[in-house]
Amino acid sequence: MVLRNRNLLGLIYMTPALLFVAAFVLYPFGQLIYTSFTDTSLLGGGQWVGLANYTKIFTGDPQFWRSLSFTAKYTAIITPILMGLGYALALLTVGNTSVLRFARAVIFMPVVVGLGTSSLLWYWLFNQQVGLFDRALVDLHITDRMIVWFISADWGLWAVIISVTWKVVGFGMILFIAAIQSISHEIIEASQMDGASYWRRVQLIYLPLTFRTVLLVTLISAIGSMLAFEQFYILTGGNPRGQTFSSVYLIYQSAFVKFQLGYGSALSVVLTATIMIGAAAQIYLTGRSGKP
Amino acid sequence: MTDATLAKPLPAAGINRTAASHSGVHYLVAAIAVFIAALMLAPIALSFLASIKTAADATSVPPHYLPQALSIENYQKIYHYQAGLWVYVGNSVTVAGLAILQVILLTVPAGYGLARFNFPGKEFLFLVLLLPLMIPYQALLVPLYLMFAKIGLANTPIGLAIVHAMLQVPFSVYLMRNAFEGVPRELEEAAVIDGATSLQIFSRIALPLVVPAIVTIALFAFITSWNEFLAALIIMNKETSFTVPVMVVSVRTGQQSSVDWGALQAGVIVSMIPCIAIYILLQKYYVSGLLSGAVK
Repeated sequence: MVLRNRNLLGLIYMTPALLFVAAFVLYPFGQLIYTSFTDTSLLGGGQWVGLANYTKIFTGDPQFWRSLSFTAKYTAIITPILMGLGYALALLTVGNTSVLRFARAVIFMPVVVGLGTSSLLWYWLFNQQVGLFDRALVDLHITDRMIVWFISADWGLWAVIISVTWKVVGFGMILFIAAIQSISHEIIEASQMDGASYWRRVQLIYLPLTFRTVLLVTLISAIGSMLAFEQFYILTGGNPRGQTFSSVYLIYQSAFVKFQLGYGSALSVVLTATIMIGAAAQIYLTGRSGKP
Repeated sequence: MTDATLAKPLPAAGINRTAASHSGVHYLVAAIAVFIAALMLAPIALSFLASIKTAADATSVPPHYLPQALSIENYQKIYHYQAGLWVYVGNSVTVAGLAILQVILLTVPAGYGLARFNFPGKEFLFLVLLLPLMIPYQALLVPLYLMFAKIGLANTPIGLAIVHAMLQVPFSVYLMRNAFEGVPRELEEAAVIDGATSLQIFSRIALPLVVPAIVTIALFAFITSWNEFLAALIIMNKETSFTVPVMVVSVRTGQQSSVDWGALQAGVIVSMIPCIAIYILLQKYYVSGLLSGAVK
């Protein structure tokens, strides 16, 4: 009797959050799937069109494939950069001197700045007339004139990668530092006794023992990149000629610029499907049951 | 996982041990780290310096690294931009405040329920609360937009705050569950014997002990909400309902042909200040939250 009451209480404590998720995640998700089978637009419509939106996505819309492959390319390039640099910075600043603690606090700082804001900052730094990043490249004799970044899709992509790397590299770094610091002291000391060189230790001890964290951060980072929006909306505007529309940007464009809400919904369903697998793996790795 | 990677000295691992044996390496490592830190700081510093240039200086070609003369005219422009800076700051603060409130009211009890009670399907319901991680909010914006238009939440702080709270639910539930699990059960059992009701135990015994976790989830909710851009762009689409990041974008697009670079950087600085200030002041909470949320 007492026990059953206590069980009920636990459920009651969870109820507000469950109702919230039901109302603002599950219900809209159902609506999303329904809308994706209609021709809803802001101007009216709402007729059931069956699989027409999906047929259009996969067979009649080259922009979908262009956006998906562009987003995948962006993810495939930036993820290893973020992981490699993040890990290198973690190894560099993992020590406990006040200088290193200060350095990692500074390197982490851009993580708390908004992506929209940091993109606007870099939009200025990359400007071919007034941009100080361009000027610095010239002053350092890396380039001979101010680069026009956003005239080509490739240069635009690299500009985005530079700006996003600046903003988020500290995130991986901090998590890697924590993982490295949690390696037991005995293991490291034993390897030092054995005379293993520093790089040997990184290879044989640090990387394997922090592998779970590396995997988790890789997933978080890759999912984030697949959902990129602000950096392209603000820096490239999708230009030139729609070559730098990320998947989310395409949804925004279809649903909220062209007002094709039905089609935007279908694109959203496809996006969710691509993200879900990675997200499930992320939850499993973060998860309580998945502890090593 | 330790909770203060930035703040607290920890047993030496790796590089500084190597460094201890070769003090040359030690200085080299410190020098490289400081150099990289300076590089990372440079964009923010340059943006700040640009924001205090005169408007003419900020648009000069080629650009100067340092201001030729100091001026607050860029900030004055931002201050008087369209409806006025305070309207936009007010919108952002209102949305963030409402988001924090929702996150606390929803996830603190949920974390307690998960930590203290056993009932069938509990772990499944926990996964339900993690759903916003699986279904990206970017995909839900069409139905949420339609729903908010229908129930009168379009262009209202509460509508946007709902989206921002939703983003924070998984992380916050997770953190609160762990926090309550860290509270010794014996404390509560003693109170049961004294005849306290469950609500009394929750609010008088457990709650005060998890205040640091509540600060952490509030902090993350603030930073997420203040910075969030896409939902703000879609849901708060009237010029008077813009949040700060959306306002700053509109400063740029204001005059298509010539961007007011000085005013733009003043806007960038204004939108960065709260987050950086909070980070510096509450670093301990921020970093421990990040670590326990991501790697526990």
